[in-house]
Amino acid sequence: MTGSAIDRRVLLGAVAGLTVAASLWSAGAAALPLVEIAPGLFVQVGVHEDFTPHNRGGIANLVAIAGANAVAVVDAGGSPAQAHDFREALAARTDRPIRHLILTHHHPDHVMGATVFRASGARIWGHARLEAALLDRFPTYRAAMDRLLGAAVDGAEPVPIDEPVAIETPRRIDLGDRVLELRAWPTAHTDCDLTVLDVATDTLIAGDLLFLERIPVIDGSLLGWLRVMDELARIPARFVVPGHGPASAPWPEALTPQRRYLDDLVAAVRRAIARGRSLSALLAEPPPAGDWLLSSDNHPRNITAAYKELEWE
Amino acid sequence: MGMSPLPFARRRLLVATGGCLAVSLVRPARARSQWDVLREVFFENRPVHDGTGLIELEAPDRAHDAALVEVAVKAFLPQTPERYIRAIHLLIDRNPAPRAAVFKLAPATGSASITTRIRVNEYTPVRAVAETNDGALFMVERFVKASGGCSAPASKDKEAAYARLGKMKLLEPERFRPGEPNELRLLISHPQYSGMQIDQLTRNWIPADHLETIRITWNGKPLVEVEADISLSEDPLLGFHLQPEGPGELRVEAADIKGRRFVQSWQLGAGS
Repeated sequence: MTGSAIDRRVLLGAVAGLTVAASLWSAGAAALPLVEIAPGLFVQVGVHEDFTPHNRGGIANLVAIAGANAVAVVDAGGSPAQAHDFREALAARTDRPIRHLILTHHHPDHVMGATVFRASGARIWGHARLEAALLDRFPTYRAAMDRLLGAAVDGAEPVPIDEPVAIETPRRIDLGDRVLELRAWPTAHTDCDLTVLDVATDTLIAGDLLFLERIPVIDGSLLGWLRVMDELARIPARFVVPGHGPASAPWPEALTPQRRYLDDLVAAVRRAIARGRSLSALLAEPPPAGDWLLSSDNHPRNITAAYKELEWE
Repeated sequence: MGMSPLPFARRRLLVATGGCLAVSLVRPARARSQWDVLREVFFENRPVHDGTGLIELEAPDRAHDAALVEVAVKAFLPQTPERYIRAIHLLIDRNPAPRAAVFKLAPATGSASITTRIRVNEYTPVRAVAETNDGALFMVERFVKASGGCSAPASKDKEAAYARLGKMKLLEPERFRPGEPNELRLLISHPQYSGMQIDQLTRNWIPADHLETIRITWNGKPLVEVEADISLSEDPLLGFHLQPEGPGELRVEAADIKGRRFVQSWQLGAGS
Protein backbone atom coordinates (compact mmCIF):
# COMPACT_ATOMS: atom_id res chain seq x y z
CA MET A 1 0.00 0.00 0.00
CA THR A 2 1.47 3.32 -0.99
CA GLY A 3 1.38 6.43 1.13
CA SER A 4 -0.96 8.26 -1.21
CA ALA A 5 -3.45 5.41 -1.26
CA ILE A 6 -3.43 5.26 2.52
CA ASP A 7 -3.84 9.03 2.75
CA ARG A 8 -6.77 8.93 0.39
CA ARG A 9 -8.49 6.15 2.28
CA VAL A 10 -7.90 7.73 5.66
CA LEU A 11 -9.27 11.00 4.38
CA LEU A 12 -12.38 9.43 2.90
CA GLY A 13 -12.80 7.17 5.91
CA ALA A 14 -12.66 10.13 8.26
CA VAL A 15 -15.38 11.91 6.34
CA ALA A 16 -17.83 9.17 5.60
CA GLY A 17 -16.62 5.71 6.55
CA LEU A 18 -14.95 3.07 4.42
CA THR A 19 -18.14 1.69 2.91
CA VAL A 20 -19.02 5.05 1.48
CA ALA A 21 -15.44 5.47 0.33
CA ALA A 22 -15.71 2.26 -1.65
CA SER A 23 -18.86 3.43 -3.38
CA LEU A 24 -17.22 6.77 -4.17
CA TRP A 25 -14.52 4.80 -5.95
CA SER A 26 -17.13 3.03 -8.03
CA ALA A 27 -19.09 6.16 -8.79
CA GLY A 28 -15.97 8.00 -9.93
CA ALA A 29 -14.72 5.21 -12.16
CA ALA A 30 -15.56 4.64 -15.78
CA ALA A 31 -18.22 1.95 -16.16
CA LEU A 32 -17.12 -0.10 -19.16
CA PRO A 33 -20.02 -1.45 -21.23
CA LEU A 34 -20.47 -5.10 -22.06
CA VAL A 35 -20.82 -5.91 -25.78
CA GLU A 36 -22.47 -9.17 -26.92
CA ILE A 37 -20.51 -9.87 -30.12
CA ALA A 38 -22.19 -13.26 -30.72
CA PRO A 39 -24.91 -15.16 -28.82
CA GLY A 40 -23.67 -15.60 -25.26
CA LEU A 41 -20.24 -14.12 -26.03
CA PHE A 42 -19.65 -10.90 -24.08
CA VAL A 43 -16.69 -8.53 -24.30
CA GLN A 44 -15.82 -5.64 -22.02
CA VAL A 45 -13.52 -3.47 -24.11
CA GLY A 46 -10.52 -2.01 -22.27
CA VAL A 47 -9.49 1.61 -22.72
CA HIS A 48 -6.26 2.59 -24.50
CA GLU A 49 -4.69 4.35 -21.53
CA ASP A 50 -1.94 3.77 -19.00
CA PHE A 51 -3.04 2.53 -15.58
CA THR A 52 -4.91 5.25 -13.65
CA PRO A 53 -7.06 5.30 -10.51
CA HIS A 54 -9.92 6.35 -12.78
CA ASN A 55 -9.73 3.36 -15.15
CA ARG A 56 -8.87 1.00 -12.25
CA GLY A 57 -6.70 -1.10 -14.52
CA GLY A 58 -9.47 -1.67 -17.08
CA ILE A 59 -7.20 -1.48 -20.09
CA ALA A 60 -7.48 -5.04 -21.44
CA ASN A 61 -10.46 -6.75 -23.04
CA LEU A 62 -12.33 -9.13 -20.75
CA VAL A 63 -14.52 -11.87 -22.19
CA ALA A 64 -17.32 -14.06 -20.87
CA ILE A 65 -18.80 -17.08 -22.66
CA ALA A 66 -22.19 -18.20 -21.37
CA GLY A 67 -23.24 -21.82 -21.97
CA ALA A 68 -26.32 -23.74 -20.93
CA ASN A 69 -24.78 -24.80 -17.61
CA ALA A 70 -22.00 -22.40 -16.83
CA VAL A 71 -20.11 -19.26 -17.71
CA ALA A 72 -16.38 -19.06 -18.42
CA VAL A 73 -14.62 -15.74 -17.98
CA VAL A 74 -11.43 -15.04 -19.93
CA ASP A 75 -9.12 -12.68 -18.01
CA ALA A 76 -9.90 -11.00 -14.74
CA GLY A 77 -8.99 -7.35 -15.29
CA GLY A 78 -6.52 -4.99 -13.66
CA SER A 79 -8.07 -4.83 -10.18
CA PRO A 80 -10.61 -6.53 -7.92
CA ALA A 81 -12.74 -3.37 -8.28
CA GLN A 82 -12.89 -3.77 -12.06
CA ALA A 83 -13.47 -7.53 -11.77
CA HIS A 84 -16.31 -6.93 -9.32
CA ASP A 85 -18.05 -4.53 -11.74
CA PHE A 86 -17.49 -6.92 -14.64
CA ARG A 87 -19.11 -9.72 -12.65
CA GLU A 88 -22.06 -7.47 -11.73
CA ALA A 89 -22.57 -6.40 -15.35
CA LEU A 90 -22.44 -10.04 -16.42
CA ALA A 91 -25.00 -11.06 -13.81
CA ALA A 92 -27.47 -8.67 -15.48
CA ARG A 93 -27.03 -10.58 -18.78
CA THR A 94 -26.91 -14.22 -17.71
CA ASP A 95 -28.03 -16.16 -14.64
CA ARG A 96 -25.60 -19.06 -15.24
CA PRO A 97 -22.84 -19.40 -12.57
CA ILE A 98 -19.24 -18.47 -13.39
CA ARG A 99 -17.54 -21.85 -13.04
CA HIS A 100 -14.29 -21.11 -14.91
CA LEU A 101 -11.75 -18.31 -15.02
CA ILE A 102 -9.21 -18.60 -17.83
CA LEU A 103 -6.11 -16.41 -17.60
CA THR A 104 -4.36 -15.73 -20.92
CA HIS A 105 -1.00 -14.74 -19.32
CA HIS A 106 0.51 -13.14 -16.22
CA HIS A 107 0.34 -9.39 -16.96
CA PRO A 108 -1.41 -7.33 -14.26
CA ASP A 109 -4.15 -5.88 -16.49
CA HIS A 110 -5.30 -9.49 -17.03
CA VAL A 111 -4.85 -11.10 -13.59
CA MET A 112 -5.19 -8.59 -10.74
CA GLY A 113 -8.94 -9.21 -10.42
CA ALA A 114 -8.64 -13.01 -10.30
CA THR A 115 -9.37 -13.27 -6.55
CA VAL A 116 -12.92 -12.00 -7.17
CA PHE A 117 -13.78 -14.99 -9.40
CA ARG A 118 -11.88 -17.45 -7.24
CA ALA A 119 -13.82 -16.29 -4.19
CA SER A 120 -17.08 -17.11 -5.94
CA GLY A 121 -15.90 -20.63 -6.77
CA ALA A 122 -14.46 -20.47 -10.30
CA ARG A 123 -11.81 -23.02 -11.29
CA ILE A 124 -8.76 -21.27 -12.68
CA TRP A 125 -7.15 -22.29 -15.94
CA GLY A 126 -3.84 -21.09 -17.34
CA HIS A 127 -0.62 -21.98 -19.12
CA ALA A 128 1.45 -24.61 -17.28
CA ARG A 129 4.06 -21.90 -16.68
CA LEU A 130 1.57 -19.32 -15.41
CA GLU A 131 1.54 -20.11 -11.72
CA ALA A 132 5.31 -19.75 -11.38
CA ALA A 133 5.29 -16.58 -13.45
CA LEU A 134 2.55 -15.11 -11.26
CA LEU A 135 4.27 -15.96 -7.99
CA ASP A 136 7.51 -14.54 -9.30
CA ARG A 137 6.13 -11.20 -10.39
CA PHE A 138 3.15 -10.64 -8.14
CA PRO A 139 4.93 -8.63 -5.41
CA THR A 140 6.33 -6.26 -8.06
CA TYR A 141 2.98 -5.97 -9.83
CA ARG A 142 1.07 -5.43 -6.61
CA ALA A 143 3.43 -2.66 -5.48
CA ALA A 144 3.15 -0.95 -8.86
CA MET A 145 -0.63 -1.30 -9.00
CA ASP A 146 -1.01 0.04 -5.45
CA ARG A 147 0.90 3.09 -6.59
CA LEU A 148 -0.90 3.50 -9.92
CA LEU A 149 -4.47 2.46 -9.10
CA GLY A 150 -4.80 3.10 -5.37
CA ALA A 151 -7.63 1.41 -3.44
CA ALA A 152 -9.08 -0.30 -6.53
CA VAL A 153 -6.43 -3.01 -6.20
CA ASP A 154 -7.11 -3.79 -2.51
CA GLY A 155 -7.45 -7.51 -1.94
CA ALA A 156 -5.59 -8.62 -5.07
CA GLU A 157 -3.65 -11.83 -4.51
CA PRO A 158 -1.81 -14.35 -6.69
CA VAL A 159 -4.13 -17.27 -7.44
CA PRO A 160 -3.21 -20.94 -7.79
CA ILE A 161 -3.83 -22.45 -11.22
CA ASP A 162 -6.22 -25.38 -10.75
CA GLU A 163 -6.01 -26.54 -14.36
CA PRO A 164 -2.57 -26.03 -15.94
CA VAL A 165 -2.53 -26.36 -19.73
CA ALA A 166 0.62 -27.82 -21.30
CA ILE A 167 1.85 -26.65 -24.69
CA GLU A 168 1.54 -30.10 -26.24
CA THR A 169 -1.86 -30.86 -24.74
CA PRO A 170 -4.84 -28.63 -25.61
CA ARG A 171 -7.72 -28.83 -23.13
CA ARG A 172 -11.48 -28.47 -23.49
CA ILE A 173 -14.10 -26.89 -21.28
CA ASP A 174 -17.71 -28.01 -21.78
CA LEU A 175 -20.21 -25.31 -20.81
CA GLY A 176 -23.24 -27.51 -21.62
CA ASP A 177 -24.18 -26.52 -25.15
CA ARG A 178 -20.80 -25.14 -26.22
CA VAL A 179 -17.18 -26.18 -25.95
CA LEU A 180 -14.07 -24.06 -25.46
CA GLU A 181 -10.67 -25.21 -26.72
CA LEU A 182 -7.70 -23.97 -24.70
CA ARG A 183 -4.24 -23.95 -26.19
CA ALA A 184 -0.95 -22.99 -24.51
CA TRP A 185 1.86 -21.56 -26.66
CA PRO A 186 5.65 -21.46 -26.68
CA THR A 187 7.25 -18.15 -25.64
CA ALA A 188 5.79 -15.28 -27.68
CA HIS A 189 4.18 -12.16 -26.13
CA THR A 190 5.18 -13.68 -22.76
CA ASP A 191 6.36 -17.12 -21.71
CA CYS A 192 2.86 -18.22 -20.68
CA ASP A 193 0.39 -17.23 -23.43
CA LEU A 194 -2.86 -19.12 -23.82
CA THR A 195 -5.72 -18.80 -26.33
CA VAL A 196 -9.36 -19.86 -26.19
CA LEU A 197 -11.45 -20.93 -29.17
CA ASP A 198 -15.22 -20.65 -28.78
CA VAL A 199 -16.16 -23.35 -31.29
CA ALA A 200 -19.87 -22.49 -31.36
CA THR A 201 -19.25 -18.98 -32.70
CA ASP A 202 -15.94 -19.56 -34.56
CA THR A 203 -14.33 -16.93 -32.34
CA LEU A 204 -10.75 -17.00 -31.16
CA ILE A 205 -10.04 -15.20 -27.89
CA ALA A 206 -6.40 -14.38 -28.46
CA GLY A 207 -5.36 -12.66 -25.23
CA ASP A 208 -2.31 -10.50 -25.81
CA LEU A 209 -1.04 -12.68 -28.64
CA LEU A 210 -2.98 -10.11 -30.66
CA PHE A 211 -2.90 -6.34 -30.22
CA LEU A 212 -4.96 -4.00 -32.38
CA GLU A 213 -4.79 -0.19 -32.10
CA ARG A 214 -2.66 -0.29 -28.93
CA ILE A 215 1.02 -1.01 -29.60
CA PRO A 216 2.09 -4.65 -29.00
CA VAL A 217 4.46 -5.21 -26.06
CA ILE A 218 7.26 -7.78 -26.27
CA ASP A 219 7.84 -9.50 -22.93
CA GLY A 220 8.78 -12.92 -24.26
CA SER A 221 10.40 -13.41 -27.63
CA LEU A 222 10.01 -11.35 -30.78
CA LEU A 223 10.97 -14.19 -33.13
CA GLY A 224 8.97 -16.62 -31.01
CA TRP A 225 5.91 -14.40 -31.33
CA LEU A 226 6.22 -14.26 -35.11
CA ARG A 227 6.47 -18.08 -35.22
CA VAL A 228 3.42 -18.44 -32.97
CA MET A 229 1.49 -16.02 -35.21
CA ASP A 230 2.14 -18.35 -38.16
CA GLU A 231 0.57 -21.17 -36.16
CA LEU A 232 -2.28 -19.00 -34.91
CA ALA A 233 -3.20 -18.03 -38.47
CA ARG A 234 -4.09 -21.68 -39.13
CA ILE A 235 -6.76 -21.74 -36.44
CA PRO A 236 -10.08 -22.06 -38.30
CA ALA A 237 -11.92 -19.15 -36.71
CA ARG A 238 -13.84 -16.34 -38.39
CA PHE A 239 -13.57 -13.73 -35.64
CA VAL A 240 -11.04 -12.79 -33.01
CA VAL A 241 -11.23 -10.93 -29.72
CA PRO A 242 -7.82 -9.28 -29.28
CA GLY A 243 -6.31 -8.70 -25.83
CA HIS A 244 -6.34 -4.99 -26.63
CA GLY A 245 -8.39 -3.37 -29.39
CA PRO A 246 -11.99 -3.66 -30.60
CA ALA A 247 -14.43 -6.22 -29.22
CA SER A 248 -14.20 -8.28 -32.39
CA ALA A 249 -12.24 -8.32 -35.64
CA PRO A 250 -12.13 -10.59 -38.71
CA TRP A 251 -9.77 -13.57 -38.50
CA PRO A 252 -7.04 -14.09 -39.62
CA GLU A 253 -6.87 -10.68 -41.35
CA ALA A 254 -6.62 -9.01 -37.92
CA LEU A 255 -3.08 -10.36 -37.61
CA THR A 256 -1.81 -8.12 -40.42
CA PRO A 257 -1.00 -4.84 -38.60
CA GLN A 258 0.78 -6.59 -35.73
CA ARG A 259 2.74 -8.78 -38.13
CA ARG A 260 3.83 -5.70 -40.06
CA TYR A 261 4.97 -3.94 -36.87
CA LEU A 262 6.93 -6.94 -35.59
CA ASP A 263 8.43 -7.72 -39.04
CA ASP A 264 9.51 -4.09 -39.43
CA LEU A 265 11.03 -4.14 -35.96
CA VAL A 266 13.05 -7.29 -36.73
CA ALA A 267 14.28 -5.76 -39.99
CA ALA A 268 15.21 -2.38 -38.47
CA VAL A 269 17.04 -3.87 -35.49
CA ARG A 270 18.88 -6.45 -37.61
CA ARG A 271 19.98 -3.67 -39.95
CA ALA A 272 21.22 -1.55 -37.04
CA ILE A 273 23.16 -4.46 -35.54
CA ALA A 274 24.70 -5.31 -38.92
CA ARG A 275 25.82 -1.70 -39.32
CA GLY A 276 27.36 -1.64 -35.84
CA ARG A 277 24.86 0.85 -34.40
CA SER A 278 24.66 0.61 -30.63
CA LEU A 279 21.39 0.18 -28.79
CA SER A 280 21.56 3.75 -27.47
CA ALA A 281 22.23 5.10 -30.96
CA LEU A 282 19.20 3.21 -32.23
CA LEU A 283 17.05 4.48 -29.36
CA ALA A 284 18.17 8.03 -30.10
CA GLU A 285 16.90 7.70 -33.69
CA PRO A 286 14.32 4.95 -33.52
CA PRO A 287 12.59 3.45 -36.54
CA PRO A 288 9.01 4.76 -36.86
CA ALA A 289 6.38 3.11 -34.69
CA GLY A 290 3.54 3.63 -37.17
CA ASP A 291 0.22 4.90 -35.88
CA TRP A 292 -0.01 2.61 -32.86
CA LEU A 293 -1.42 4.13 -29.70
CA LEU A 294 0.72 4.47 -26.54
CA SER A 295 3.94 3.96 -28.45
CA SER A 296 6.05 6.65 -26.76
CA ASP A 297 7.19 4.34 -23.94
CA ASN A 298 6.44 0.97 -25.43
CA HIS A 299 8.13 1.33 -28.80
CA PRO A 300 11.58 2.08 -27.27
CA ARG A 301 11.03 -0.81 -24.86
CA ASN A 302 10.27 -3.11 -27.78
CA ILE A 303 13.40 -1.93 -29.58
CA THR A 304 15.45 -2.75 -26.48
CA ALA A 305 13.91 -6.22 -26.22
CA ALA A 306 14.44 -6.84 -29.94
CA TYR A 307 18.06 -5.67 -29.85
CA LYS A 308 18.85 -7.91 -26.88
CA GLU A 309 17.31 -10.90 -28.62
CA LEU A 310 18.73 -10.32 -32.10
CA GLU A 311 22.31 -9.29 -31.32
CA TRP A 312 23.20 -12.93 -30.61
CA GLU A 313 21.88 -14.26 -33.92
CA MET B 1 45.08 0.55 -8.32
CA GLY B 2 44.69 -1.68 -5.25
CA MET B 3 41.12 -2.74 -4.68
CA SER B 4 39.86 -4.16 -1.42
CA PRO B 5 38.01 -7.45 -1.94
CA LEU B 6 34.33 -6.83 -2.55
CA PRO B 7 32.81 -8.66 0.42
CA PHE B 8 34.95 -6.49 2.67
CA ALA B 9 33.95 -3.38 0.79
CA ARG B 10 30.30 -4.36 1.06
CA ARG B 11 30.61 -4.96 4.78
CA ARG B 12 32.22 -1.58 5.26
CA LEU B 13 29.48 -0.07 3.15
CA LEU B 14 26.80 -1.61 5.35
CA VAL B 15 28.53 -0.43 8.50
CA ALA B 16 28.93 3.01 7.00
CA THR B 17 25.28 3.09 5.97
CA GLY B 18 24.21 2.02 9.45
CA GLY B 19 26.29 4.79 10.91
CA CYS B 20 24.75 7.21 8.49
CA LEU B 21 21.28 6.24 9.60
CA ALA B 22 22.14 6.64 13.28
CA VAL B 23 23.68 10.04 12.67
CA SER B 24 20.72 11.20 10.63
CA LEU B 25 18.30 10.20 13.38
CA VAL B 26 20.15 12.22 15.95
CA ARG B 27 21.23 15.18 13.91
CA PRO B 28 19.66 15.33 10.45
CA ALA B 29 21.70 18.36 9.38
CA ARG B 30 24.88 16.29 9.48
CA ALA B 31 23.51 13.25 7.61
CA ARG B 32 25.99 11.86 5.12
CA SER B 33 24.85 11.25 1.61
CA GLN B 34 25.22 7.90 -0.10
CA TRP B 35 27.94 9.50 -2.21
CA ASP B 36 29.89 10.40 0.97
CA VAL B 37 29.71 6.74 1.91
CA LEU B 38 30.80 5.52 -1.52
CA ARG B 39 33.63 8.01 -1.63
CA GLU B 40 34.95 6.74 1.68
CA VAL B 41 34.60 3.07 0.76
CA PHE B 42 35.97 3.16 -2.77
CA PHE B 43 38.29 6.18 -2.80
CA GLU B 44 39.48 6.43 0.81
CA ASN B 45 38.10 9.99 0.98
CA ARG B 46 40.55 11.26 -1.64
CA PRO B 47 39.38 14.52 -3.22
CA VAL B 48 37.06 14.01 -6.19
CA HIS B 49 36.93 16.89 -8.65
CA ASP B 50 34.18 17.92 -11.02
CA GLY B 51 34.75 15.89 -14.18
CA THR B 52 32.84 18.16 -16.54
CA GLY B 53 34.94 18.82 -19.62
CA LEU B 54 37.08 15.74 -19.07
CA ILE B 55 34.39 13.09 -19.29
CA GLU B 56 30.67 12.90 -19.97
CA LEU B 57 28.21 10.21 -18.88
CA GLU B 58 25.50 9.24 -21.33
CA ALA B 59 22.54 7.44 -19.74
CA PRO B 60 18.80 7.56 -20.31
CA ASP B 61 16.75 9.71 -17.90
CA ARG B 62 14.25 6.89 -17.73
CA ALA B 63 15.26 3.35 -18.64
CA HIS B 64 13.05 1.24 -20.89
CA ASP B 65 14.34 -1.94 -19.30
CA ALA B 66 15.80 -1.62 -15.78
CA ALA B 67 17.83 -4.79 -16.32
CA LEU B 68 19.44 -3.46 -19.49
CA VAL B 69 20.41 0.19 -19.34
CA GLU B 70 23.06 1.12 -21.86
CA VAL B 71 25.46 3.75 -20.52
CA ALA B 72 28.53 5.31 -22.12
CA VAL B 73 31.35 7.35 -20.70
CA LYS B 74 32.83 9.71 -23.29
CA ALA B 75 36.38 10.86 -22.59
CA PHE B 76 37.60 14.15 -24.04
CA LEU B 77 41.25 13.65 -23.06
CA PRO B 78 43.23 11.69 -25.66
CA GLN B 79 45.09 8.72 -24.16
CA THR B 80 48.83 9.39 -24.43
CA PRO B 81 51.63 7.70 -22.46
CA GLU B 82 52.26 11.02 -20.70
CA ARG B 83 48.70 11.74 -19.61
CA TYR B 84 45.82 9.34 -19.71
CA ILE B 85 42.77 8.09 -17.85
CA ARG B 86 43.96 4.91 -16.17
CA ALA B 87 40.59 3.86 -14.76
CA ILE B 88 36.90 4.63 -14.97
CA HIS B 89 34.81 3.62 -11.99
CA LEU B 90 31.11 3.18 -12.66
CA LEU B 91 29.00 3.60 -9.53
CA ILE B 92 25.25 3.22 -9.02
CA ASP B 93 24.44 4.77 -5.64
CA ARG B 94 21.34 2.82 -4.74
CA ASN B 95 22.18 -0.59 -6.17
CA PRO B 96 22.83 -3.38 -3.65
CA ALA B 97 26.39 -3.57 -4.99
CA PRO B 98 26.96 0.07 -5.93
CA ARG B 99 30.21 -0.38 -7.81
CA ALA B 100 29.09 -1.83 -11.14
CA ALA B 101 32.57 -2.05 -12.61
CA VAL B 102 36.04 -0.58 -12.79
CA PHE B 103 37.54 -0.25 -16.26
CA LYS B 104 41.34 -0.02 -16.19
CA LEU B 105 42.62 1.48 -19.41
CA ALA B 106 46.07 1.54 -21.03
CA PRO B 107 47.34 4.45 -23.18
CA ALA B 108 47.14 2.09 -26.19
CA THR B 109 43.35 2.45 -26.11
CA GLY B 110 43.79 5.91 -27.68
CA SER B 111 40.46 6.88 -26.14
CA ALA B 112 39.14 6.11 -22.68
CA SER B 113 35.52 6.20 -23.89
CA ILE B 114 33.65 3.08 -22.82
CA THR B 115 30.15 1.63 -23.17
CA THR B 116 28.41 -0.98 -21.07
CA ARG B 117 24.98 -2.07 -19.87
CA ILE B 118 23.87 -1.97 -16.28
CA ARG B 119 21.05 -3.05 -14.01
CA VAL B 120 19.34 -0.29 -12.07
CA ASN B 121 17.48 -1.36 -8.96
CA GLU B 122 15.80 1.91 -8.03
CA TYR B 123 15.82 5.59 -8.99
CA THR B 124 19.43 6.54 -8.45
CA PRO B 125 22.35 8.73 -9.36
CA VAL B 126 24.80 6.92 -11.65
CA ARG B 127 28.38 8.16 -11.46
CA ALA B 128 31.47 7.83 -13.58
CA VAL B 129 34.71 8.61 -11.80
CA ALA B 130 37.77 8.96 -14.03
CA GLU B 131 41.15 8.39 -12.45
CA THR B 132 44.00 9.98 -14.36
CA ASN B 133 47.50 8.49 -14.37
CA ASP B 134 48.61 10.95 -11.67
CA GLY B 135 45.95 9.50 -9.35
CA ALA B 136 43.54 12.46 -9.48
CA LEU B 137 39.80 11.69 -9.51
CA PHE B 138 37.11 13.40 -11.61
CA MET B 139 33.40 12.67 -11.37
CA VAL B 140 30.30 13.23 -13.46
CA GLU B 141 26.83 11.96 -12.64
CA ARG B 142 23.38 11.42 -14.13
CA PHE B 143 20.10 10.57 -12.46
CA VAL B 144 18.43 7.45 -13.90
CA LYS B 145 14.81 6.48 -13.28
CA ALA B 146 14.39 2.71 -13.34
CA SER B 147 13.58 0.05 -10.79
CA GLY B 148 13.81 -3.67 -10.22
CA GLY B 149 16.79 -4.29 -12.51
CA CYS B 150 18.75 -6.46 -10.09
CA SER B 151 15.92 -8.89 -9.29
CA ALA B 152 14.24 -8.92 -12.73
CA PRO B 153 13.79 -12.49 -13.95
CA ALA B 154 16.50 -13.67 -16.33
CA SER B 155 15.45 -13.46 -19.97
CA LYS B 156 16.41 -17.08 -20.61
CA ASP B 157 15.94 -20.19 -18.53
CA LYS B 158 19.05 -21.56 -16.83
CA GLU B 159 19.59 -24.33 -19.34
CA ALA B 160 19.55 -21.91 -22.27
CA ALA B 161 21.75 -19.43 -20.40
CA TYR B 162 24.40 -22.00 -19.55
CA ALA B 163 24.31 -23.51 -23.04
CA ARG B 164 25.72 -20.22 -24.36
CA LEU B 165 27.95 -19.53 -21.35
CA GLY B 166 31.18 -17.75 -22.17
CA LYS B 167 30.51 -17.40 -25.87
CA MET B 168 31.92 -14.10 -27.16
CA LYS B 169 31.18 -11.78 -30.03
CA LEU B 170 33.45 -8.96 -31.13
CA LEU B 171 31.85 -6.19 -33.14
CA GLU B 172 34.55 -4.48 -35.17
CA PRO B 173 34.36 -1.18 -36.99
CA GLU B 174 33.75 -1.45 -40.72
CA ARG B 175 37.22 -0.08 -41.41
CA PHE B 176 40.06 -0.79 -38.99
CA ARG B 177 42.30 2.31 -38.93
CA PRO B 178 45.85 2.15 -37.56
CA GLY B 179 46.99 5.22 -35.64
CA GLU B 180 43.45 6.14 -34.55
CA PRO B 181 41.18 5.00 -31.74
CA ASN B 182 38.95 2.23 -33.16
CA GLU B 183 35.81 1.40 -31.23
CA LEU B 184 35.35 -2.29 -30.53
CA ARG B 185 32.38 -3.81 -28.81
CA LEU B 186 32.62 -7.12 -27.01
CA LEU B 187 29.67 -9.23 -25.91
CA ILE B 188 30.21 -12.09 -23.48
CA SER B 189 27.33 -14.46 -22.90
CA HIS B 190 26.87 -14.91 -19.18
CA PRO B 191 23.62 -14.98 -17.16
CA GLN B 192 25.17 -12.61 -14.56
CA TYR B 193 22.93 -14.05 -11.87
CA SER B 194 22.73 -11.37 -9.22
CA GLY B 195 21.76 -13.61 -6.32
CA MET B 196 18.48 -11.67 -6.16
CA GLN B 197 16.60 -13.60 -8.84
CA ILE B 198 14.20 -16.50 -8.35
CA ASP B 199 14.25 -19.67 -10.42
CA GLN B 200 10.80 -19.82 -12.00
CA LEU B 201 10.66 -23.62 -11.93
CA THR B 202 12.12 -24.50 -8.53
CA ARG B 203 11.05 -21.29 -6.70
CA ASN B 204 14.53 -21.13 -5.16
CA TRP B 205 16.91 -18.19 -5.24
CA ILE B 206 19.43 -18.59 -8.01
CA PRO B 207 22.90 -18.32 -6.47
CA ALA B 208 24.99 -15.40 -7.71
CA ASP B 209 27.09 -16.29 -10.74
CA HIS B 210 28.66 -13.44 -12.64
CA LEU B 211 31.82 -12.31 -14.35
CA GLU B 212 34.53 -11.05 -12.04
CA THR B 213 37.30 -9.97 -14.40
CA ILE B 214 37.67 -9.36 -18.11
CA ARG B 215 41.28 -8.95 -19.28
CA ILE B 216 41.88 -7.72 -22.80
CA THR B 217 45.36 -7.65 -24.29
CA TRP B 218 46.65 -6.33 -27.60
CA ASN B 219 49.69 -8.20 -28.91
CA GLY B 220 50.25 -9.53 -25.41
CA LYS B 221 50.15 -6.18 -23.64
CA PRO B 222 47.32 -5.15 -21.27
CA LEU B 223 44.78 -2.94 -22.99
CA VAL B 224 41.64 -3.01 -20.85
CA GLU B 225 40.91 -4.78 -17.60
CA VAL B 226 37.44 -4.82 -16.10
CA GLU B 227 36.49 -5.68 -12.54
CA ALA B 228 32.84 -6.63 -12.84
CA ASP B 229 29.97 -7.20 -10.42
CA ILE B 230 26.27 -8.07 -10.36
CA SER B 231 25.21 -4.66 -11.66
CA LEU B 232 26.45 -5.47 -15.15
CA SER B 233 23.52 -6.74 -17.24
CA GLU B 234 23.03 -10.28 -18.46
CA ASP B 235 25.34 -11.03 -21.42
CA PRO B 236 27.64 -8.10 -20.59
CA LEU B 237 28.57 -5.58 -23.24
CA LEU B 238 31.92 -3.86 -23.16
CA GLY B 239 32.61 -1.09 -25.65
CA PHE B 240 36.22 0.15 -25.63
CA HIS B 241 38.88 1.56 -27.94
CA LEU B 242 42.11 0.38 -29.51
CA GLN B 243 44.66 2.62 -31.21
CA PRO B 244 46.92 0.13 -33.00
CA GLU B 245 50.12 0.80 -34.90
CA GLY B 246 49.33 -2.08 -37.23
CA PRO B 247 47.65 -5.47 -37.33
CA GLY B 248 47.75 -7.70 -34.33
CA GLU B 249 46.00 -10.05 -31.95
CA LEU B 250 43.29 -9.05 -29.52
CA ARG B 251 42.86 -11.57 -26.75
CA VAL B 252 40.08 -11.66 -24.20
CA GLU B 253 40.22 -13.67 -21.01
CA ALA B 254 37.19 -13.52 -18.77
CA ALA B 255 36.70 -15.21 -15.40
CA ASP B 256 33.57 -15.58 -13.30
CA ILE B 257 33.12 -15.99 -9.55
CA LYS B 258 32.76 -19.75 -9.95
CA GLY B 259 36.31 -19.91 -11.30
CA ARG B 260 35.39 -20.58 -14.94
CA ARG B 261 37.68 -19.06 -17.55
CA PHE B 262 36.67 -18.05 -21.07
CA VAL B 263 39.32 -17.19 -23.63
CA GLN B 264 39.05 -16.04 -27.21
CA SER B 265 41.37 -14.24 -29.68
CA TRP B 266 40.86 -12.26 -32.84
CA GLN B 267 43.32 -11.17 -35.54
CA LEU B 268 42.58 -7.56 -36.39
CA GLY B 269 43.70 -5.28 -39.20
CA ALA B 270 45.29 -8.00 -41.33
CA GLY B 271 43.18 -7.06 -44.34
CA SER B 272 43.78 -3.30 -44.21
